Amino acid sequence: MTVTGSARIEIADVSVFFPLYHGSNRSLKKTVMAAASGRLGQDDHSRVVVQALRDISFTLTSGDRLGLIGQNGAGKTTLLRTLAGIYEPVTGLVRVQGSLNAMLDPNLGMNVDLTGRENIVLRGLYNGLPRPELPRLEADVADFAGLGDFMDLPVRTYSSGMVVRLGFALATAIRPQILLMDEWFLVGDAEFMEKAKVRLEDMVRGADILVLSSHAVDVVRNWCTRVLWLEQGRIREDGPPDTVLARYLGHPVPQLETAHL
Amino acid sequence: MSLAIQNRLAVDDVVEGLRLWPLAWTLGWLDIRLRYRGSMLGPFWLTLSTAVMVGSLGVLYSTLFHIDVHEYLPFLALSQVLWFFLSGLVSEACTVFTQAEGMIRAVRMPLFLHALRTLVRNVFVLGHNIAVIVVVDIIFAIWPGWHGLLVLPAFVVWAVDGLAVCLLLGAFCARFRDIGPIVGSIMQIAFFLTPVIWQPSQLGRHAVLLPFNPFFALLEIVRAPLLGTTPSAYTWLAAVVYTLLLCAVTWLFFVRARGRVAFWV
Repeated sequence: MTVTGSARIEIADVSVFFPLYHGSNRSLKKTVMAAASGRLGQDDHSRVVVQALRDISFTLTSGDRLGLIGQNGAGKTTLLRTLAGIYEPVTGLVRVQGSLNAMLDPNLGMNVDLTGRENIVLRGLYNGLPRPELPRLEADVADFAGLGDFMDLPVRTYSSGMVVRLGFALATAIRPQILLMDEWFLVGDAEFMEKAKVRLEDMVRGADILVLSSHAVDVVRNWCTRVLWLEQGRIREDGPPDTVLARYLGHPVPQLETAHL
Repeated sequence: MSLAIQNRLAVDDVVEGLRLWPLAWTLGWLDIRLRYRGSMLGPFWLTLSTAVMVGSLGVLYSTLFHIDVHEYLPFLALSQVLWFFLSGLVSEACTVFTQAEGMIRAVRMPLFLHALRTLVRNVFVLGHNIAVIVVVDIIFAIWPGWHGLLVLPAFVVWAVDGLAVCLLLGAFCARFRDIGPIVGSIMQIAFFLTPVIWQPSQLGRHAVLLPFNPFFALLEIVRAPLLGTTPSAYTWLAAVVYTLLLCAVTWLFFVRARGRVAFWV
């Protein structure tokens, strides 16, 4: 699928608040009781809200490779989900131009009761591929995942490694202009990782814009041209990889010839 | 975000969802196939269990109510199958979004797609149960005649109501988890208060009150034409008014809830 026009991401003053609904807060009874006793306002205040992202602004244009770093819970995945349009910001503006593929969850919409082959067709439909293109997608994925006869068995019967291979092959089968990637692709057996690396690098090169969330400093340094350091939902630093990574790690980044996954 | 923008996004959601109808169709059909994968009769288990239920209840109640079985059984078969559809759709509407959690959190999809999928799934179930009606009508030599065509506009009303219920209850139940059981018990009561196993005429002069029951109005606009009569204009008016009300409430809620559903599921 080729979409004409250049890819672009524009994010301005984006904040995402995450309401946490634990047991009692989910209950209608609580809300009604609070309303009946004239304390409706209190429900709003007593609700635990996580400020997952606060005042994030940046613009990416064709050719940009952005790495997101930060501790667990810094908001990396939330930012990717916001870019993918899954979460809507409470305030601010998200404008994304170009076809987008978000590799956030290896089992994205995979139905374990369906066979591998049926899952491929389903994914093609999720991505709005026209039916005539589905056989090509199927061949590509089946070839890469290398599952042989398991392709016609329900995913439920797969080993976890096989699920990852199928998930990876599916996620990388559709080439977008904008590629959003979470760090899950760093799992898998050694032989598969070699194959996966080649395919990923190919895909990354093919994408106009890459946004990658990772803890692996080498990968970020090797693939990205710009790094965003997130801390508690805010941008702590934004700049070229070497500068930001050095501050993040607290020491200069060791010079490496090649990155290893 | 201003209400105007939210409204536009909600419209986009519905339009995009409608454009994805082939996907909704496939997903709905897969749901049915998966539910019965490995069983010999497959979805025809539905047909069989409905047939047994209609057959046994038909004989029992025609004796209890002292009604001729030739008159009662075709009525019961039709009412029961249509009610299965209505109550099944309403109870599945509660899990429209919570069941699609994995998909909602992994990929941007219009929420309307999930409503469409639920409707498609229930239409497939209805399709399998229609066999019971056809067999009963053949046995008792019943042919609705040209009146039968009046079900077409009625089915359009049902489809609109079904989608609205899915969006409304789906989002509401995602936010408030105790709505599901409440809906279940309301449907149980509605089953007895609506003329499904008893006939409207048995109510005598109180029958004029029936259109105040939304389920009656909606059931009657489909059932009457298939029994060879015309639903009264009064019934149709009631059905349309309920539909408009439901759509209005749904829209007011959906416009506000749409962006939050991903956090709720």
